Amino acid sequence: MGKVLTEPQVLSNSEIEKIRKDFPILSVKAHGKPLIYFDNAATSQKPQAVIDSLVRYYSTINSNIHRGVHFLSQKASHEYDETRIKVQKFINADSDREIVFVRGTTEGINLVASSYGRKNIKEGDVILLSAMEHHSNIVPWQLVCEETKAKIKVIPMNDSGELMLDEFEKLLSPDVKFISVTQTSNSLGTINPVKEIIRKAHLLNIPVMIDAAQSAAHSVIDVIDLDCDFLAFSAHKMFGPTGTGILYGKEKFLEAMPPYQGGGEMISSVSFEKSNWNDIPLKFEAGTPDIAGVIGLGAAIDYIQTLDREKIKKHEHSLMSHASEELSKINGIRLIGTASEKASVVSFIIEGVNAMDAGMYLDTLGIAVRTGHHCTEPVMKRFNIPGTIRASFMFYNTIEEIDIFIDGIKKAISFLKR
Amino acid sequence: MNIAEKEKEIIEEFEIFDEWADKYQYIIEIGQKLKSLEDKYKLDENKIRGCQSSVWLHAFGEDGKVFFEADSDSVFVKGEIALLIRVLSGQKAEEIVNAELKFIDALGLRQHIAVTRANGLASMIKQMKLFALGIQSKQSA
Repeated sequence: MGKVLTEPQVLSNSEIEKIRKDFPILSVKAHGKPLIYFDNAATSQKPQAVIDSLVRYYSTINSNIHRGVHFLSQKASHEYDETRIKVQKFINADSDREIVFVRGTTEGINLVASSYGRKNIKEGDVILLSAMEHHSNIVPWQLVCEETKAKIKVIPMNDSGELMLDEFEKLLSPDVKFISVTQTSNSLGTINPVKEIIRKAHLLNIPVMIDAAQSAAHSVIDVIDLDCDFLAFSAHKMFGPTGTGILYGKEKFLEAMPPYQGGGEMISSVSFEKSNWNDIPLKFEAGTPDIAGVIGLGAAIDYIQTLDREKIKKHEHSLMSHASEELSKINGIRLIGTASEKASVVSFIIEGVNAMDAGMYLDTLGIAVRTGHHCTEPVMKRFNIPGTIRASFMFYNTIEEIDIFIDGIKKAISFLKR
Repeated sequence: MNIAEKEKEIIEEFEIFDEWADKYQYIIEIGQKLKSLEDKYKLDENKIRGCQSSVWLHAFGEDGKVFFEADSDSVFVKGEIALLIRVLSGQKAEEIVNAELKFIDALGLRQHIAVTRANGLASMIKQMKLFALGIQSKQSA
């Protein structure tokens, strides 16, 4: 791997202390030890402002939206709709009509695969995915392929966990009818050059979907600059509540797509002979949505806007660099995913030590990491390993916490290797 | 000792630990002591797949009793199986099939391990019982 230079902690201790106060859970004790939360790629912790927004919603404006003429319903509807505009601005979309609220990234991908895929993908067509996709960006497309007899082809990656763009270009052909790739790998941390992928795909008029689940909390998303056709992400990975996600789709695609599910809200009129669909985005929001979740997402976006995003990005990068450098010094540790463009994720294996055993050891020290295949079995297969230990950092983490973690890893090795 | 007596013995052994960390370390130690399964028994048909680890379980009958040997790529899981083996191995097939195995809850293990892994433990127990059932029906045939 390339040389990793340790950078000093970018945020000062007092800045971090102030940020950490926003997240009440960070003062929880785990097994009697101060919690060190390094499972941020699975879900981020929630700032008090988001928690408060849920309490405020249920205590002051709870009601069903869009059909009520009364005071509460109008309040709730207004906040729900306002959040759509917040999301639109957050990802720089052209219109709030392009923002569909879903349950999470997984549902966003399933919606596109099911609605766009079943309508447009035919026998003999190719759907292009990357070798580092989460199962959520593989299985929905397999379902489409099963039904349509289309094929999935995979953009390979090199030993560092970087997509091979020359191979990608070779895979581009008129048969390719859709491309779906992740912006940041959840198991390797690789940041993919999605803008370049989209540009090349568009030369052949191939639509591209971006899985932004891992990137939304860590970098600015600009769908106009990316020119992606679809993009999905989850509120809970960016300080919002679980159960709410966002699907962005270009208006021309969403307009042409059939509904995904049927029910209330998604119709303009219903009779037993025929129903007419509502306009986008409501056409895709059947049933009562997660109103509280969406309002919580709005609070999460407000919270993110208070941060110096460039600075916290640098801070997270310094945490990742420091962890990578310290881990590489330990005998028997192999880092999995050493791309030159990386998010704040370190994934590794310890020779002769089962990842789960090590993860459980760290847990006894109050350190939360994730172990296993991280829902990316093809990635594990590519590196010929059963699973990794993954530590994923957020701006509220510190160099000091990483040092405790490194010390814990050393202890785990000596204890488990006896 | 019968199954209930062995369970009681294990529960008493664990009584000295208050902290989860100590229980974890003790189970690891037990796992490290469990004899590895011979490679010839590490067959796919003996494999119990879990989310994060694999277990190989080999059973054989002798004089109306059932004996177990097992292995895992996780030392913690090996420790868990070692406890199960201590309780069940060498017991009569019928008693294994009917064993309630209350010691797992009594040790407070279930609350500390993820649902998937607790289910892993459940599938280990299920497999041991199935083996015992197979041996029992062979004996009665």
